[in-house]
Amino acid sequence: MAPRAQLAGEELAGAVGPIASPRRARAARATRHLPLAPALVMLFLFFLGPVLWSIYSSFTNAALTGEGAQNPQWVGLDNFRRLFSDPNVTNGIWLTVVFVLGSAVIGQNLLGLAIALLMRGRSRWLRGTVGGIVVSAWVLPEVVSALIWYAFLGQNGTLNQIMKAVGMSGQDWLYSSPMLAVIIANTWRGTAFSMLVYNAALDDVPTDVQEAAELDGATGWRRLWSVTLPLIRPAIVTNLMLITLQTLSVFTLIYVMTAGGPGFASATLPVLMYQQAFKFSEVGYGTAISLLLLAIGAVFSFVYVRVLKPEA
Amino acid sequence: MLSKAFRIACAGGAAALALTACSSSSSSGGSGGKTLKVAYVKFGNEIAVDAHMQKVKAQFEAAHPGITVKLDPIAAAENDYYTKIDLMMGSGSTAPDVVYEDTFLINSDIKAGYLTPLDSYLSTWSDWSQFPDTAKSAARGIDGKTYGVPMGTDTRALYYNKALLTKAGITMPWAPKSWQDVLAAAKAVKASSPGVIPLNVYAGKPDGEGSTMQGFEMLLYGTQDTLYDSSSKKWIAPSKGFTDALQFLKDAYGGGLTIPPQQELDPNIPNVVSGQMIPAGKLAIDLDGSWVTGAWGASGAKPWPDWSNAIGEAAMPTQAGAGKGTISLSGGWTLAVTAKSKNKDLGAQFIELALNKDNSESYDIADSQIAVRNDVAADSKYQSTNPTTAFFTGLVPVTQYRPAYAEYPKVSDAIQVAMEAVITGQSSPADAAKAYTETLKGIVGSDNVAAGSS
Repeated sequence: MAPRAQLAGEELAGAVGPIASPRRARAARATRHLPLAPALVMLFLFFLGPVLWSIYSSFTNAALTGEGAQNPQWVGLDNFRRLFSDPNVTNGIWLTVVFVLGSAVIGQNLLGLAIALLMRGRSRWLRGTVGGIVVSAWVLPEVVSALIWYAFLGQNGTLNQIMKAVGMSGQDWLYSSPMLAVIIANTWRGTAFSMLVYNAALDDVPTDVQEAAELDGATGWRRLWSVTLPLIRPAIVTNLMLITLQTLSVFTLIYVMTAGGPGFASATLPVLMYQQAFKFSEVGYGTAISLLLLAIGAVFSFVYVRVLKPEA
Repeated sequence: MLSKAFRIACAGGAAALALTACSSSSSSGGSGGKTLKVAYVKFGNEIAVDAHMQKVKAQFEAAHPGITVKLDPIAAAENDYYTKIDLMMGSGSTAPDVVYEDTFLINSDIKAGYLTPLDSYLSTWSDWSQFPDTAKSAARGIDGKTYGVPMGTDTRALYYNKALLTKAGITMPWAPKSWQDVLAAAKAVKASSPGVIPLNVYAGKPDGEGSTMQGFEMLLYGTQDTLYDSSSKKWIAPSKGFTDALQFLKDAYGGGLTIPPQQELDPNIPNVVSGQMIPAGKLAIDLDGSWVTGAWGASGAKPWPDWSNAIGEAAMPTQAGAGKGTISLSGGWTLAVTAKSKNKDLGAQFIELALNKDNSESYDIADSQIAVRNDVAADSKYQSTNPTTAFFTGLVPVTQYRPAYAEYPKVSDAIQVAMEAVITGQSSPADAAKAYTETLKGIVGSDNVAAGSS
């Protein structure tokens, strides 16, 4: 979206251009960017600064205590060598991929699309109610929704109380199936975003195309697959990209619900990174894990852009 | 419930830290008088240090007009407290002047350059001669300088519910001779009192160093192996003792004799054990520290006047009764002055006041500490206040100390990971011991690791 808006701006500027002299235009273009300067400085300082610092410290043995706290030493690729021989990291990569596929690509994405499709053409009252309920999960702060799920799935949680009431024996869900628990919780929390994106996209699908397909005898599924989905393809790419990047970095939800445990059974990379940096005090190694997370995000983005490239 | 609150607190930790930074800089830059900032832990049942600091603050402010003591009680479970003070001490704008430091972390923090040597102050402090050499060495860096003044020490042993063990057919007073005796008693309780948790041995990452020391090391040091051989200056792994200690945990947790692992892996569990389970008669045997009874005193977090009739103490036996037959471990906390403090003289004076005879004594009594000062240890008031004092002081001859070198906190983390893998059934004791050996080599270097008995 952003590049297109910028393009429109350039065209506008170009349209104004010929009237003024070239030199004045150049000066105007320079001063036009001036108001951006404070924002850019801030961005470099507080956005790029930490990024560069974390890249630097991933090559050191920086720590919270001990020798690495006083004089962090340059250790070259040691942290990265350790990264690839650490079974907890391999496990963390796997769990992160499972978490992203399960809760974002499958959970939020498909559920959001399904709700948006089902809500099409329904009464205003129904749309309002369903939309309101779904969005309310999204509006809650992450830590609150994590707490809700902790209270629901915990040993003495609501789910177990209900099961007990109907004569079934419960179990500690956060302990026996931690990944499933956090995947469901994250799906619950994030579905609203996908639903809103798809709602907007579906509103743009022209009804005449649908009607034409219907006249040609296409069934509901066929119309969805051959007409609707291709038309909202750009929205699918945008949505997948955004929710993937969001889900990759989910920390609070998992930390509050399971703290990465039991053992390392739900220690996705963000949780593992936190544990290494702040619990085991190895800041250098923790930042190396964060770079790995960055790389995984890049891989996902690349796949989306390539595979789902909107046909021009 | 508390654990949730605690995890939230952690999640918001960064924000809180930023706030602390702001508030401290604004307060110290304020009007005329100086501000002395004191940081310590106040979490769950650990309220005795806070009470002590409140008292010393009043005394100190009365003796030093114009100086304000700002107390910073940090509400965080053990591991998070360490993280937080390390982060605070890393920057001049957040570093407290006086900090409450565990002897387990102090060497690591000395090496990090966070603390100030106190020798010049201690040499003119007449009370320093009351501290025995073992206590003085607890906070001595490898450079030979002293960085902290010990508040007290502790030992560890088994607490047991007399009624539950009697019901299980065990003769009183209970004196187990081996690990098997402990497990057998737990099994007997399980059979005679269903619904009661027979045994608690701390394990896993959430409880931090508490798991390593109260849980694992109380077992390991009862085998023929230890963590570190001070004569060869090598860390010991792999060893039969290490695997055997993990096997004990597997037997206890796998046999359903303990708190279920999912509940054990709650960072708040020490407070639940001493504040709820033992007083409610829900736990029969608890392997724990000498400070536990402090929570049950009149000024404790969970006053329980009748505790000394209900609860007995037994020394932890060695694996098969070898050696001296029993084992204990000692640690303790100190007060230290940070390197980035701008009020080092005042900080040292605060510590000298906080740990003079009267204040040391009242703190040791309130928090069920084993006194380190000779004059306190000899005082009849200290000896008579808590009925367990004689028992826990009597463990000093068999007690062991942790190899609290700068690398130790990381080694401790690796032990917690191994314990958690075993109690959750994710690893066998042998595999967990193998993983520990690899991690240990990464921490201290392969050259500094030697195999123990096999």
